Amino acid sequence: MVSIQNLHKKFGKNEVLSGVDLNINKGGIFAVLGPNGSGKTTLIKCVLGMVIPDKGNIDVLGENIKKGSNYRHKIDYLPQIANFPSNLRVKELIKMIKDLRGNTTIDEQLIDLFKLTPFLDKKLGNLSGGTKQKVNIVLTFMFDSPLVILDEPTSGLDPISLIRLKDLIQAEKAKGKTILITSHIMSFVEEVSDEIVFLLEGKIYFKGSISELKTKTKQPDFEHAIASILTNNHA
Amino acid sequence: MLKILKYSFYDLMRSRWSYVYFAFYLLLGIVLLFLNNDLSKAVITLMNVIIVLVPLIGTIFGVMYYYNSKEFTELLLAQPLKRSSIFLGQYLGVALSLSMSLILGLGIPFVFYGLFKSSAIWDFSLLLITGVFLTLIFTALAFNIALSNENKIKGFGYAILLWLFLAIIYDGIFLMTLIMFEDYPLDKLSLFGTMLNPIDLSRTLILLKLDISALLGYTGAVFKQFFGTNFGLVVSFATLVLWVVLPILRIVFKSKKKDF
Repeated sequence: MVSIQNLHKKFGKNEVLSGVDLNINKGGIFAVLGPNGSGKTTLIKCVLGMVIPDKGNIDVLGENIKKGSNYRHKIDYLPQIANFPSNLRVKELIKMIKDLRGNTTIDEQLIDLFKLTPFLDKKLGNLSGGTKQKVNIVLTFMFDSPLVILDEPTSGLDPISLIRLKDLIQAEKAKGKTILITSHIMSFVEEVSDEIVFLLEGKIYFKGSISELKTKTKQPDFEHAIASILTNNHA
Repeated sequence: MLKILKYSFYDLMRSRWSYVYFAFYLLLGIVLLFLNNDLSKAVITLMNVIIVLVPLIGTIFGVMYYYNSKEFTELLLAQPLKRSSIFLGQYLGVALSLSMSLILGLGIPFVFYGLFKSSAIWDFSLLLITGVFLTLIFTALAFNIALSNENKIKGFGYAILLWLFLAIIYDGIFLMTLIMFEDYPLDKLSLFGTMLNPIDLSRTLILLKLDISALLGYTGAVFKQFFGTNFGLVVSFATLVLWVVLPILRIVFKSKKKDF
């Protein structure tokens, strides 16, 4: 599905990614974890073509990403910070993204699911952070793409919406999609993900299932397993 | 690109600042006509305002729009769109909406005053054309500055400096060199110097069209000889087009290599 070879990226003197090799197979939920500044978002943005790597190769669904922008038709991306043009109304934004990417009817179900109908005529600048995130989620999931990338999807969501989001992610997985998530909420990651990729200092420190991680670090639960990686490496 | 252009334009057309800008020109046009009571004179006064104000507004708006729509740009970048079409679409959206405020804001009062029956129509059209050119040039320069500077404050600073340099400081330096080297023949140099600055070039173009070049003395005669001919006019417009095209090319080039 996604194959990354020897990816390097520097921002000035700060080396964020130093030789990442990663293969993500089709189907399943993958969580990309790591401490702040470990390069999670940079890695994702490299896959999306928003950050241009210094070195290395990325293929998405067998297509080299340097070849053009068309491969992004197969990716749904939820950005970390949802900030939209404040002059637009929610309805108009959805219409506009449809106009740019092609038509879909899934948006109506999603609007229903997240109870966004009363907000459709409101301007995006007047929405609360959580509502903006819901709009963001609708925009992400309304295209039925085989690869879904979610950068901190839980931020600002209330408990009910969080449950709906989890259901939605599971439903997408059941369709055979590949879902890539970054999150700092360990309970969320533990609940939804099949496999985790742990980034540390620009390299992949661990890739495997949560139970493998627990045995490797000899910790009884996931949160402590992660914490033990961090303390052992930064002691 | 056209879709991005459409949405950027639409977004800006509904922002308060477009209306403020439009209303300002509307008011300016009405007041000038009321005070001068003469179309040609109003055009001259208007020129002095436009030459300085249009670049300033273009620069500030361009930088402001770029920084304000940063997150939205990131949303677009994740869509299957070419980078060049995203940035060119946004650039044209800003430049065209500013141009429209200018043309409508000034056009409406002049048309009502009887522009079409007057001989000043060509002078006025030239004024609007150079106004549009200046908008295109300075918005493109502003996008260049914003693309190269992550830091908003720095970006604004450089943008203001650029405007200050081309609108005021350049003339000062130019004048100083002319005084320093007054013993030498300077007509070629001064022609060249004028061509290099889009603001000076626009001003000269309009002044000569208005037939007040006699006020410029000997240099005016040289200028008239050059700019007054068709050849001079073509070269001047070619230079203005070059001033638009070069920054646009840099936008395309720079945006391809930038990380978001």
